[in-house]
Amino acid sequence: MSRRVVVTGIGVIAPGGIGVKPFWDLLMSGATATRRITAFDPAPFRSQMAAEADFDPGQAGLPEGAAERLDRAAQFALAACGEAMADSGLEVEESAAHRVGVALGSAVGCTQKLESEYVAISGRGAAWEVDHTQASPYLYDYFVPSSMAAEVAWAVGAQGPVSMVSAGCTSGIDAIGYACELIREGSADVMVTGGTDAPIAPITVACFDAIKATSSYNDTPGSASRPFDRTRNGFVLGEGAAVLVLEEAEAARRRGARVYAEITGYASRGNAYHMTGLRSDGAEMAAAITAALDEARCDPSEIGYVNAHGTATKQNDRHETAAIKTALGEHAHRVPISSIKSMIGHSLGAIGSIEVAAAALAVTRSAIPPTANLHEPDPELDLDYVPLVAREQRVDVALTVGSGFGGFQSAMLLRRFEG
Amino acid sequence: MHDTDVVVTGVGVVAPVGLTPEEYWAALLSGRSGIRPLRRFDAARLPSPLAGEVDGFEPRDHLPARILPQTDLMTQYALYAADRAIAESGFEPGSPLDVGVITASASGGFDFGQRELQHLWHDGPDHVSAFMSFAWFYAVNTGQISIRHDLRGPVGVMVTEQAGGLDAIAHARRKVARGARMMVTGGMDSSLCPYGLAALTRWGRLSTAGDPAAAYLPFDRRAGGHVPGEGGAILTLEEGEAARARGARVYGRIAGYGASFDPPPGSGRPPALIRAVEAALADAGVAPADVALVIADAAADPGLDAEEARTLAAVFGPRGVPVTAPKTLTGRLYSGAAPLDVVTALLALREGVAPATANVRDVDPELPVDLVLGDPRPITGDAALVVARGAGGFNSAMVVRR
Repeated sequence: MSRRVVVTGIGVIAPGGIGVKPFWDLLMSGATATRRITAFDPAPFRSQMAAEADFDPGQAGLPEGAAERLDRAAQFALAACGEAMADSGLEVEESAAHRVGVALGSAVGCTQKLESEYVAISGRGAAWEVDHTQASPYLYDYFVPSSMAAEVAWAVGAQGPVSMVSAGCTSGIDAIGYACELIREGSADVMVTGGTDAPIAPITVACFDAIKATSSYNDTPGSASRPFDRTRNGFVLGEGAAVLVLEEAEAARRRGARVYAEITGYASRGNAYHMTGLRSDGAEMAAAITAALDEARCDPSEIGYVNAHGTATKQNDRHETAAIKTALGEHAHRVPISSIKSMIGHSLGAIGSIEVAAAALAVTRSAIPPTANLHEPDPELDLDYVPLVAREQRVDVALTVGSGFGGFQSAMLLRRFEG
Repeated sequence: MHDTDVVVTGVGVVAPVGLTPEEYWAALLSGRSGIRPLRRFDAARLPSPLAGEVDGFEPRDHLPARILPQTDLMTQYALYAADRAIAESGFEPGSPLDVGVITASASGGFDFGQRELQHLWHDGPDHVSAFMSFAWFYAVNTGQISIRHDLRGPVGVMVTEQAGGLDAIAHARRKVARGARMMVTGGMDSSLCPYGLAALTRWGRLSTAGDPAAAYLPFDRRAGGHVPGEGGAILTLEEGEAARARGARVYGRIAGYGASFDPPPGSGRPPALIRAVEAALADAGVAPADVALVIADAAADPGLDAEEARTLAAVFGPRGVPVTAPKTLTGRLYSGAAPLDVVTALLALREGVAPATANVRDVDPELPVDLVLGDPRPITGDAALVVARGAGGFNSAMVVRR
């Protein structure tokens, strides 16, 4: 019998909810956490909104000095890791530390610190030849995103395989998928895995402004993220992290761990089309979904919930709807599909892992989060996107998908664990 | 762990000593160094004056004009190397869904990033390039290679600093084992812009020596840091039988891989490097006695050199295996270093000769390591080990076979 992978701990840092309970409560309420940016003055920018996490490093239990030393994304990862480890009840013994690994995803790494350090040592952009003597002693840690995986590994006490994965906006799913592969092949028994990003900074906002990927509904920030709605006009930037504790199923059963769900399938595909554009037929996302279904030996009709990528750009929501139809056939018209980005925005490399967490919770709690702000369905998009109101409904299998710059398309399946 | 025979059928190299595997290999055998005073910008204020810069790479000669404004130099290197590797493999794609790309990067398109930070902060938000959203980020090389060659199979990006290059090759090997007909993989970095060098300088691991022949001396009593470089290698991996059936030239086999992570600094506990090495050997089914050559990580930091030398001694016996570090000719290429070392290992096994570690003359007598010094040394055997270590405690090891 091949090795199976189960989720035994979850930690989430999200806009509107620090910790799993407030995160899930927000999703079930259908309320939104998008607002005018408070982290800096957004006036010079085209899109002035974000879903910001009201995160206090001290309250989140981070050690003293962590807030000064670490980029915000690393702080999120550590806080989510702390919650997930406590939730799992797992104690990492020194003798088993080499069987415990970490796979963390991030799209843009330590962007905030890289930008603030740049500003400090270049005279606000005046000098090309920057003055390294004015830089933080930790500048190299910001330069290489792997420093964040190292922080998590130290916190966990992991001495097995530790990796940083950065596949743009699918990083969160892809890191968890990588972790699953390591457990299945026997390279690790426990993987602490997820994604983190804290991109709400001038450089990121300017990047997305330049290609008009973000929403311009600046007067109504609370309803700016409108996946699958006829009036959608781009995504709202978010931030946060989710970390899961994954264990080999038999070992989890032996120690009496509480299991949220089993991860049964994962696949990624490139679309080889355009760094930021999508083919309208969604063929490669469909191929990723089909490959994940094959790995899980799962029939499309078993899927009870699809957590959509649902960014609320014109092209994404069309692309994704086509992909789901191709991969799930007739069942696409029956299965509930929703985008939690309507509520917590798009946190780039973190969101995939936050959505895996949401899918696991949907399976565990027999409930489906809604798509907020979906008042005027797009006539071109004809599936059930769970508008506005959460549903109490048994979910045996949940599918979550992601799509990102560079053409990355990823899919993951979670199943109710029957032991 | 993996029973599938996964082989290398194409190689693309970008190194400070050559832009083809042949040129690179010739430089290694003759000891021609690519380490010189940095020329890219006026580095007078930096304490480390040297770098391994790539020489003679003219992007226009290799890539379409439209791709240049949207790419950082490290992506141009990666695209060039992928072109060369795929062409050399002679692979004819059937369905594009069966061929994928997994690359490594340590720090992304940093030169591009610095320019756009300057545009934002000096000139204002409207001056930021429309390409910034993807030219800087770590996933760019995988995305651009997949687009250029219409590769729609499994994709991924490993950014585990200097260990990530091996992690990427190992992950690509998994994908071949699970049915991908070909995977394009490897690592590439180039962060020799002022902001990149500022970060490297603050790290504290760069040599401050001004003499190119005395600046990067791993395992030497004079070891005092490394010289930064740029470049890397891109490989094509295929299932062995299928590759041979279509008459591909096979460089060798990716036979084993292992990874581990060190205990926190200051914990007093031993490093975990030995677990990565032992796992790679076990995965390959290779006994230590069958390993003909080790390509070392070779940090040129006395503490790290001692860890590596003692780990190798524990596995192979004191001075039990020839060890070399050709990166003394190129500087450290970060995520690109280990894939280039894999190329070195494959060529060394094929040619039966180990290139020397340049410039080192005074090996620390406390270190039980048999370093290949002076002239290249003949080797016999069909397996080699590549060791790569990333800042923070990442350890990866890979076994390649003829």
